[in-house]
Amino acid sequence: MMLCIRGTTLVLAAALLQLSCGSSQNEPTVIRFWGLGNEGEMVRPLIPEFERANPGIRVIVQQLPWTAAHEKLLTAFAGESTPDVSQLGNTWLAEFSVLNALEPLDRFVRQSRIVQLDDYFDGVLKMNRIDSSLFGIPWYVDTRVIYYRRDLLQKAGYTEPPATWQEMLRLCEIMQRKAREEGRKQYPFFLPTNEWIPAIVLGAQSGGDFLRDDNTRGNFSGPKFRKAFSLLASFYEKEYSPSGQQLITNMYNSFSDGLITMYISGPWNIGEFGRRIAPKLQNEWMTAPVPSMDTAYPGASLPLGTSLVVFRQSRHKEAAWKLIEFLASREQSIALYRITGNLPPRKSAWEDSSLAHNPYVRAFYRQMQRLEPLPQVPEWEQIVIKLQLYVEYIATGTLTVEEALGRFDREVDQMLAKRRWLVERRKQP
Amino acid sequence: MTRRSLTSRTNRNAAAWLFLAPALTALALFFALPVAFALALSFTDFDIYALGNWHFIQFVGLANYARILETPLFWTALRNTFYFVLAGGPLSVGVSLGTALMINSRLARFKPLFRTVYFLPVVTSLVAVAIVWRYLFHPAHGLLNYVLSWVGISPIDWLGNPDVAMPAIILLAVWKNFGYNMLIFIAGLQNIPDELYEASEIDGAGAWRQFTSITIPMLAPTTIFVVMITIIGYFQLFAEPYVMTQGGPLNSTMSIVLLMYEQGFRWWSMGYAAAIAFVLFAIILVFTLLQSAIQRRIQG
Repeated sequence: MMLCIRGTTLVLAAALLQLSCGSSQNEPTVIRFWGLGNEGEMVRPLIPEFERANPGIRVIVQQLPWTAAHEKLLTAFAGESTPDVSQLGNTWLAEFSVLNALEPLDRFVRQSRIVQLDDYFDGVLKMNRIDSSLFGIPWYVDTRVIYYRRDLLQKAGYTEPPATWQEMLRLCEIMQRKAREEGRKQYPFFLPTNEWIPAIVLGAQSGGDFLRDDNTRGNFSGPKFRKAFSLLASFYEKEYSPSGQQLITNMYNSFSDGLITMYISGPWNIGEFGRRIAPKLQNEWMTAPVPSMDTAYPGASLPLGTSLVVFRQSRHKEAAWKLIEFLASREQSIALYRITGNLPPRKSAWEDSSLAHNPYVRAFYRQMQRLEPLPQVPEWEQIVIKLQLYVEYIATGTLTVEEALGRFDREVDQMLAKRRWLVERRKQP
Repeated sequence: MTRRSLTSRTNRNAAAWLFLAPALTALALFFALPVAFALALSFTDFDIYALGNWHFIQFVGLANYARILETPLFWTALRNTFYFVLAGGPLSVGVSLGTALMINSRLARFKPLFRTVYFLPVVTSLVAVAIVWRYLFHPAHGLLNYVLSWVGISPIDWLGNPDVAMPAIILLAVWKNFGYNMLIFIAGLQNIPDELYEASEIDGAGAWRQFTSITIPMLAPTTIFVVMITIIGYFQLFAEPYVMTQGGPLNSTMSIVLLMYEQGFRWWSMGYAAAIAFVLFAIILVFTLLQSAIQRRIQG
């Protein structure tokens, strides 16, 4: 509360300043930083050090909940009240670059001794480049791996999750049979129907090609994604995963109870598992990279994560970049990891003992060597949210895989109609 | 008409306009103008590309409206909204009337207490209420299923099963809103002169006869008002599914306003969203006209 008030006063002070005397030398430059969800809170302890090192700059951190962040950012852009710096989901970058809302960062990076692009994991960096311009600096990575119950897998004769999906199906079959013999209910691999991640991971592994014709039409009913979707459907069909949402209301409890034994999730769950899995089971859970559709292990996962961006409307771009540079430095990305558990996108940060000695993050490090970039179209978010509905359809058996994907492609084509029009217009001289 | 009276009338008119001006300006600025702008928007394909570059706006005529009609999700949302209005509306009015009668009854005690208690949900934040109701609806640990288990009903997956998600939302909405209509009904009931009841008692009418022959006819204007307000309000179902289910499971609680919000503010398809808003406006208008016609028939 105090912080809020102080923040407002600063904004007012800044506004008054601009009115009265323009930018004066001894008054600090005030920049606004929008942090999303937990990070919006956790970034605060890092700021005082930045302000000490840069006495001319004051930072106001404002926190947005993830669920409303996308709407807020778009509305802010429409109302010309975007912040100077923001954290942005890297799948949103395409959308905001189409809006021309973001400042390209190449010129800053060229002069920076702190942001060294070759220190970043390749797959993650790619997500920040749109049409060869760099719009975001990766802040933390959020790739997905498998969380599993070591003890329960061992009972089925496995020391860790298998390397291929074929083998994964076999493991699920064994676990299910054992559970049935013992009269227990068990879903070996929890693939929530309200998440698009598993479907897109499988799709990326089967060769990507989510969209076709210069990303202007859906290609989900093409052979590659159909293969991925059929594989996903088989987990629901054989009841290796529950097909409703409500059955598993608390994933951590279900994991402790052994109702589920494997789950695809991101780095934030390392901390959550440590807190919320039953204490006696704390030595029995582990992480592993995702299985593969081919012979190379690990299978590809997604280069998700958030990036730091500068908005074009910002009047303090130099100061904004200084903040990004500070937060993106090796030291601060390790500091952020220590506070939040968010994994650094910089390879050099992983040499730090806090990361090198944590067994749970090892799987993430291995996973980050194989990431498959996602299509960079503004409609992507809308497409994957819609995909969840079709995952629900095949999980409940409401539609067959062919029907679902045919319908989904038609919806995607409609979402991309404007893009199609623009691409065709560009082709004509 | 003499010259003098003409000028004085003009003066009076001018004065009237002068007094009305602030209100009219506000209405024009904050109501008429946005509505006109939204109507214009609904004939364009204003979207995220157009937000970035004004050259990317196309005039599309009635294409947005045509697209609405051929979107399966719109029909789902329409069906869900009608379900909510037709099942939830009468239920809400019925519960309000029932509680109003109970509170107004001569036998009731602690009237102010109950009036306040029943009104509390109306003034409580929906988000806070929704969190509590999510616990009540919980399939394994929820109070609702626990109570149902006493009469041998097996656990219901309230918010996860497409068949019962809307009834669950209706339950929440009715509980949340009936207090408001209840107050209006209480006011209506207190306006019925006691002499009518006394006279009917002398004539030998029982409680039921009094209810059907005095209370209901005397309450008719109140009831019509309440029904109209409730239906208009219920057509705009948004907050309950927004915080409870986000329109799921399987779009079973997707309402028209929620669809409009998603298209407009989540995906920024403003043209399309504006068209949805006007379709909803047309539907509500038809219903309101229908209701006034019925009202006139009853009273005339």
